[in-house]
Amino acid sequence: MKEKAKILDQATIQRCLMRLAHEILEKNKGTENLCLIGIRNRGAYLARRLADCITRIEAVGVPVGILDITLYRDDLTLIAAQPIVHKTEIDFDIADQNIVLVDDVLYTGRTVRAALDALVDFGRPKSTQLAVLVDRGHRELPIRADYVGKNIPTAAQETVEVRLLETDGKDEVVIVQKD
Amino acid sequence: MVWTKKDLLGLEDLTKEEIELIISTAESFKDISRRAIKKVPALRGKTAVNLFYEPSTRTRVSFEIAAKRLSADVINIMTETSSVKKGETLIDTGTNIQALKTDVIIVRHNCSGAALMLARHVDISVVNAGDGWHEHPTQALLDILTLKERLGRIQGLNVAIVGDIAHSRVARSNIWGLTKLGARVTVCAPKMLIPVAIEQMGVRATDDIDDALKHADAVNVLRMQFERDQQAAFPSRIEYFKQFGITSDRVQKAKKDIVVMHPGPLNRGVEISSEVADGSNSVILEQVTNGIAVRMAVLFLVAQARDRNKRESKDKKP
Repeated sequence: MKEKAKILDQATIQRCLMRLAHEILEKNKGTENLCLIGIRNRGAYLARRLADCITRIEAVGVPVGILDITLYRDDLTLIAAQPIVHKTEIDFDIADQNIVLVDDVLYTGRTVRAALDALVDFGRPKSTQLAVLVDRGHRELPIRADYVGKNIPTAAQETVEVRLLETDGKDEVVIVQKD
Repeated sequence: MVWTKKDLLGLEDLTKEEIELIISTAESFKDISRRAIKKVPALRGKTAVNLFYEPSTRTRVSFEIAAKRLSADVINIMTETSSVKKGETLIDTGTNIQALKTDVIIVRHNCSGAALMLARHVDISVVNAGDGWHEHPTQALLDILTLKERLGRIQGLNVAIVGDIAHSRVARSNIWGLTKLGARVTVCAPKMLIPVAIEQMGVRATDDIDDALKHADAVNVLRMQFERDQQAAFPSRIEYFKQFGITSDRVQKAKKDIVVMHPGPLNRGVEISSEVADGSNSVILEQVTNGIAVRMAVLFLVAQARDRNKRESKDKKP
């Protein structure tokens, strides 16, 4: 694994999130019936940060939930490593809400597909939207994001690593060359 | 920590880390049973078979619910109404169930070692739901999960196990599990029902109930099976209740928040009084609820491991 380029630093990540928060508020015309649900692991922290941005703009809080999609993955029988099942924490009713799913990187779209399946088991939202910090392309399913922090065209031999203060001790997005 | 075993036969074979993995996986599974839609697709397309050579309601139903909440299909085989009545052996029954392209056999049998023998003769997963006097691993795991929820830890706890230790698979699995996780275990029973050399399992033995309860953070009350052959070991139900029964008096003398557990079904007025069984120290129904999450975790882990092992052996072939 070799780092090729740093795409976003702490300040740009923060600006991206602030812009995404504005876009979410603009499209949903405010915070009424608006909920954020982050996909574990890093999506959960990004959802929390987006909620903070929204509070700074509108001075109101929005509910934030955490979704663990392990049990809904279509490659559950294929992954080599032990899948660790974590809790899903959604302590509000999602029925008739406008849900914004939040994840760090949008790639094949399979995680989002699993998240949509998982979400349906909690109720029927009025709408479901998708916000990602990075869209790196290479979709394998007909899925797109409503809000994108940064589009990063990548090669298949590259991966995009999102590092966050909460999980990695620093905020940055880098492109890594696979060996 | 990677779970690699296709079977769960007992807690004796497991490491501390493996037990902790089952418990933490079960903790994550608990909330599925609280949702409006109590189902996830993790074992979709898998078939689990309940093969029970002994009567059981709660364990069988608990396994069935656990498998169904993971979207597996479940078949129940009660041996009284099956070919076992015609003399089919356990191994033949097992290989036939495997030939039906199923994925997990959950087996309860009156012979110790039955689950192990079955596991050696089939490639599909085997989960021990109680074999003779040997082990009942999922019961001990749900006891451990319940204790951990109530008291926040297992390490350093004093746990008393009271009742027919000699003939109890629940006691044996609890002893293995609790001692591996760092609890101190005291077993308490009439002398005739304490196996010789039980101390070699790392526990203290006593026939004095007040001594057993004195420092206990929790007491696991075993069912006295007077319908079986315990008449010889202990002649009278009333006498047993007087000497070993968990009563309000005894609970009041113990630690204030002592946790009272029982694997069920209850013999009220034999090993436990109704006041205690229904009182605030009792976690008996929480145990039942936790049984689902624990069994979901076990089914999930063994099915995953089997798939992974199968794939790896396929990769190795040229």
